[in-house]
Formats: sequence, C-alpha cells, structure tokens
Amino acid sequence: MSKLEIRNLKVNAGDERILNGVNLQINPGEIHALMGPNGTGKSTLSETIMGNPLYEIVDGQIWLDGQDITEMSVDERARTAVFLAMQYPMEVAGISNADFIHAALNARNQGQPVAVLPFLKQLKANMEFLEINPEYADRGLNADFSGGEKKRNEILQMMMLRPEMAILDEIDSGLDIDALKIVAKGINAMRSTTFSCLMVTHYQRLLNYVVPDVVHIMMDGRIVKSGGPELATDLEKTGYAELEETLGSETSHGNSLE
Amino acid sequence: MDEVSTTQPGNFKDEWGPMDDVRPVFSTGVGINEETIQAISRAKHEPQWMLDLRLQAYQIYQSMPMPSFGPDLSEIDLNEIKYFQRATDRIARNWEDVPDEIKTTFERIGVPEAERKYLAGSAAQYESEAVYHNLKQDLESQGIIFMDTDSTLKQHPELVRQYFGKLIAASDNKFAALNTAVWSGGTFLYVPKNVHADVPIQSYFRINAGRTGQFERTLIIVDEGGSVNYVEGCTAPNYAEDSLHAAVVEVFVKKDAYCRYTTIQNWSTNVYSLETKRAQAEANSTMEWVDGNLGSKVTMKYPSIYLTGAGATGSMLSIAAAGANMHQDTGAKMIHLAPNTHSTIVSKAICHNGGRADYRGLIKYTKAAKRAKSHVECDTILMDQDSASDTFPVNDIETSDGTIEHEAHVSKISEAQLYYLKSRGLDEATASQLIIMGFLEPFTKQLPMEYAVELDRLIKFQMEDSIG
Ligand SMILES: Nc1ncnc2c1ncn2[C@@H]1O[C@H](COP(=O)(O)OP(=O)(O)O)[C@@H](O)[C@H]1O
Ligand SMILES: [Mg+2]
Repeated sequence: MSKLEIRNLKVNAGDERILNGVNLQINPGEIHALMGPNGTGKSTLSETIMGNPLYEIVDGQIWLDGQDITEMSVDERARTAVFLAMQYPMEVAGISNADFIHAALNARNQGQPVAVLPFLKQLKANMEFLEINPEYADRGLNADFSGGEKKRNEILQMMMLRPEMAILDEIDSGLDIDALKIVAKGINAMRSTTFSCLMVTHYQRLLNYVVPDVVHIMMDGRIVKSGGPELATDLEKTGYAELEETLGSETSHGNSLE
Repeated sequence: MDEVSTTQPGNFKDEWGPMDDVRPVFSTGVGINEETIQAISRAKHEPQWMLDLRLQAYQIYQSMPMPSFGPDLSEIDLNEIKYFQRATDRIARNWEDVPDEIKTTFERIGVPEAERKYLAGSAAQYESEAVYHNLKQDLESQGIIFMDTDSTLKQHPELVRQYFGKLIAASDNKFAALNTAVWSGGTFLYVPKNVHADVPIQSYFRINAGRTGQFERTLIIVDEGGSVNYVEGCTAPNYAEDSLHAAVVEVFVKKDAYCRYTTIQNWSTNVYSLETKRAQAEANSTMEWVDGNLGSKVTMKYPSIYLTGAGATGSMLSIAAAGANMHQDTGAKMIHLAPNTHSTIVSKAICHNGGRADYRGLIKYTKAAKRAKSHVECDTILMDQDSASDTFPVNDIETSDGTIEHEAHVSKISEAQLYYLKSRGLDEATASQLIIMGFLEPFTKQLPMEYAVELDRLIKFQMEDSIG
C-alpha cells in the first residue's frame, strides 16, 4: 500500500529549472494520468521520483507513506515500493531477461533467493498473458528489442516485481493498437487497493483502455489543471494550445499535440 | 595414468628413469648453458635430432634481442631462472606457505576443497584416475593420441619430428627459441582423419591442467575432416613460484578439419607469461582460438592463424582482465594466404585497480588472398581512472578485393545502464557485476559449463574492490 505525496517540487536538469513547484497526491489504489505537451517536465517528474541522479531537487519533498524518500538511493526506492517504466528503457546485452528479473526479485527479497522453478513458472505465465514470445526470456535484456517490445517488457517486469507504486512514462508510445491493448491489460491486471500508478501519456488513447481516477495536465513544469477522465477527452478535442490560452499561461514552448 | 601425468612434475620420476643419472642437471641450479641442455635431453632419453634442435635453438636464443615492443620486460633476469627443476623441488610447498589471497580466491570461486591443495602446488596428485581411465580408452579406440609431449616423443618420435617446430621456428622470437631449447611437458594431441572427438577433450582433466610447466610445448594435429574441441588451463589462480612461463603451441588443422582450442590462464601476479601460439588452417578448415587471460604480471600473447587453404576460416575470441600491477598485452594475427579466407577477432578487456590491457593485432592479406574478409572488434571497460587500455591494430593488405571491418570501444560502465538496473532494486555492486557479466557473455557462453561458472565467480570477486 503506497500513498505518494509530492510537495512544491522544484527540479533542475543540467542547471536549468524544469519543475517549478509540482504538487501531487496519489492515494493507494488510484491510477492517475499525467498529460502535457512535449518538453514540459513529465519525464523529469517521473525520473525524479525514481531518484535519477541527472535530476537535482532544488526544493520540495517526495513522501511515500509518510516517509520523505528524497534522500534514498535509487535501488532503495525500488526495493521500498517504486517502479518506473522508462520512456526509453536501456538495453543491456549479455544479461538474459529472465536472469535479470530473477536478480531483481532476489534483491527485493532481503537476501533470500527466490526459488527458480516457481519463478520461471510465474514468468512464463506473465509472458503468455502479455503475448511475449517465450524466447524473449533468454534474450539479452531489451537487446535489439523493438520500441514496442521494450514497452511490453517494462510491463512484464512490473508484473513480476509487483511494485506498490508504478510510474509508467509514455508506456503507450510506439505501440500499435493491438500492443496498446495488451499493455493496458497488463496495467489493469495490477489494479488493486494496494497498487497506485502514475501514467504519463501524451494521448487520450491509452486512457480508453485504462480509465484513470484522476487526470493532471502539466505545463511548463507545473500541474496546471486536474480533473476526472473527462479532462483528457476535452483536451483531445481542444488541444494543449487552447487550454494554455484559457489558463492564461505564459509559456512559449511545447504547445502542440504532436 | 602414465601419459598425461608427466605434465605434472610429481610423476616424472617414474617416467624419466633413475634420478641418479640426472643429478648434475639439478645441481646446475639457476641459469642455462649447453651442458644444461644436454643434460635435460639425456635425462629424457631423447633422439639426437631433438638434442640438435635444442642446441641450435639455444644459439639462436643467445643471439636474439628481447621484444622491442609492448610491456616492460626489463625486470626479468634470465640468468636467475631455474630452467629445469626436479619434481620434489616444486611440490615441497606447505599449504601454510600458499599466500592468503590465493586461498581466499579458491574459497570465493568455489574450488572444491580436494582440489585446492593440488592447485596451489602443495599436493602432488589429484585422484581422478577412474574418469581418466575411461576417457583414455574411449580416445584410444578412436585412434586419437592424447598424451604429454615428452611421452609422445618416446612413443611416436616420427610423428613429433614431422610437426615439431614446423609452424614456429626457434628463430621466431627470443622466447620461442628459449622454449625450443629447454622445453618440457605440454600436450600432444592427434586426431585422425574424419574422427570427431565430441567431448571437449581435457575438460575432464581440469585439475590436471591446472598445473602447467614453465616451458611447455604443445602440438595439436587435426587430420583431414576431423574435429576436436580442446580445453586447457584453469580459472582458479595458478600459484607459481617460477616467474617466467614461455610456452609454445603449434596447431595443424588439415583440409576440412575443425579445431577449437580454449585456454584459460590465471597465473599469480609474479609471473611473466610470454607465449607463442600459432595455427595453420588448410582448405575449408576452421581454427578457433578461445583465450582468457585473467592473471600474471605481464602477458604477451598474440595467437596467430595462417589461413593457407582456400575457404579456411579463423577466429579469435579473447578476454583479458587486468588488475593492480598487471599488464595484459594480447591480441591476434590473421594471415590470409589463400582465396576466400575469413577471419574474426573479438577481444574484450576489463581493467580495474590500475591494471592495463592492450590489444595488438595484425590482419594480413597476401596477393593470393582474393576476396578475403576480416572483422575485428575490441571492447574495453575501464573501471577506474588509474586503469588504461590501448589498441595497436595493423593491417597489411596486398589485395584490392578484400574487406576489413574494425571496431574499437573503450568505455566505463554505462551510468544509464547502472541506473536502469538499480531502478529495479539491484544495488550498485550487483548491478555493476551484472553489466560486466553481460559484457563478457560472448566469451563465457563459449566455455564448458564448469569453466563459465567459475569464471563468473572469479570476475565478480576480482571486481569487488573496484565496485565496492
Ligand atoms: N538530463 C537532462 N539534462 C538536461 N536537460 C534535460 C534533461 N532531461 C530533460 N531535460 C530538459 O527538461 C525539459 C523537460 O523534459 P522532459 O521532462 O523530458 O519533458 P516531457 O517528458 O514532458 O516531454 C526539456 O526541455 C528537456 O530538454
Ligand atoms: Mg517524456
């Protein structure tokens, strides 16, 4: 069970201020969508929650179940609760997908190795569920996977590691409609009162399959509007530019829905 | 186990006749001269031609300069080396005297208790006779000759004479000359026409192979259409008191034959390992070197393949790990002498704690090597600022229709990869290890299982200091 609270978060990347005071609360069991134009800071927020050292917190806190996690290392956060499906998952040749996931499970299990046979059984079941070719268990981690295959593999990892708090950064990008449905199926399978999720997306499309409890719009490093699922539908019609105007924002960049 | 066991100094008393005969040899102590060589040859009851070869090589050795390139060899004092040692001199080492770091490594990489003393040189023999006996019968029934080179010289002198020194003349380099003059031990392997030795030969003798002589001489002949997969060496650290090891290996791969020769060396860091390895690949044959260099103070080793027959293929897959006070200067040479010959070199190195690993390679296409193809790949990971690596590739191309690809990468462990693995809960050390294992995987996946497992553990252990 995880409750995420972000208070007045200000973040720099490469000496430039990217997040200008983000406030966000996600309660256990809730799925939130975070939308916004390109370059507005969605990935910066996601990576900062995970603890990516490229992003520097200048002010504010990130609380998880009443604990400030901003001083925690990346792997500590992961072992505690947080999972980030990255916008651009890394390739690591020579480590098999299965070995990697097994190592990650072991790391979360406080030094108790996870029995291999039940693990493989679970892996197989989840791969079937996500319609991933069984051979991909033995392939190098994301090595030479297509964009869509990498995304599906992120969902596989999430399903295997069963985090309490998942951030999915553009998990829908580069997916055709069939793949999108499969990914949505994976996310929906995680849904429970003990699972909370922040889905970063550019498009309304994913939200047709995974209906969020709350939708946030981010612009220029701030959450400028929050509402129910209808907010996303409205946005699809009007586009970010119009929203920006009505909000009287002063941003001068990243105002198109590409 | 008369044949293989003479590579172990522990047994050479049985093989070499009464010790009294050879007393003078042992009393010569350090250094080398013609009398030493004569005594060695006499002690082994060698034919005259071998003695002549040795003496001639000794002349060449004296007149040749030290290598003019690569690592610093100035600390080797060739006059201080024992060129020929009695078995008992070597084995009389107490387990207590074996350095702690070696003992720790044995433990960490999971070398069975029973094997540890043997590997460290404080036990003469390791009991594996039953296994050995079965394999020996199996090989003999196929007409395969597999024994130490000294015994082969006695039992099949004509065969040795036909091949010995035919690929690597004493004049090749100073250490090849030295080896030819004073060689002892090494392996002789002959695979008859169209015979396929399917089990990796020698992996059963891992333990026997752990102890190698100082000046080994190895000859492998795979006759037409035959094939063999030969594995030697040991992942476990090989604690050697001798500071110079200069082996010579000659491999003949006949028409349509296949040979893979896998070596793993992990000498202790007082050792200079200066080896000369060469193979000849005839028409439509394949020669593969798989070579792992994990230890020693200095290694200089550039296995070569002379692709003399049309359609021959040669490959070299190597890894080097260089830690504190280590310099691995390794590489490969592919000499294309016939049309449609192909070669591949994949060289991987990890440098940590200030170690240095360099790649030195040669691709040569002679005029006859029409449509030759070659691919060279050198990847190095530097774990810290004090470690270093360089590549010295040379291409010598006399044709106009060949292709060569060369790629070289030197990198640190990728921060982005580390972050990705950590984001799944792996701590820094585990994540780094996984990345290193992944980097070495193209090599480890080619090894017999028990070698691969041990190698993984060894590298993890060696890396611990670097990746905290
Ligand atoms: N590691 C980084 N170093 C420097 N600038 C960065 C870095 N990451 C992101 N940025 C900049 O921060 C801004 C927001 O990027 P990002 O968070 O990726 O936006 P989004 O995910 O909303 O498209 C962009 O201007 C981008 O160039
Ligand atoms: Mg983004």
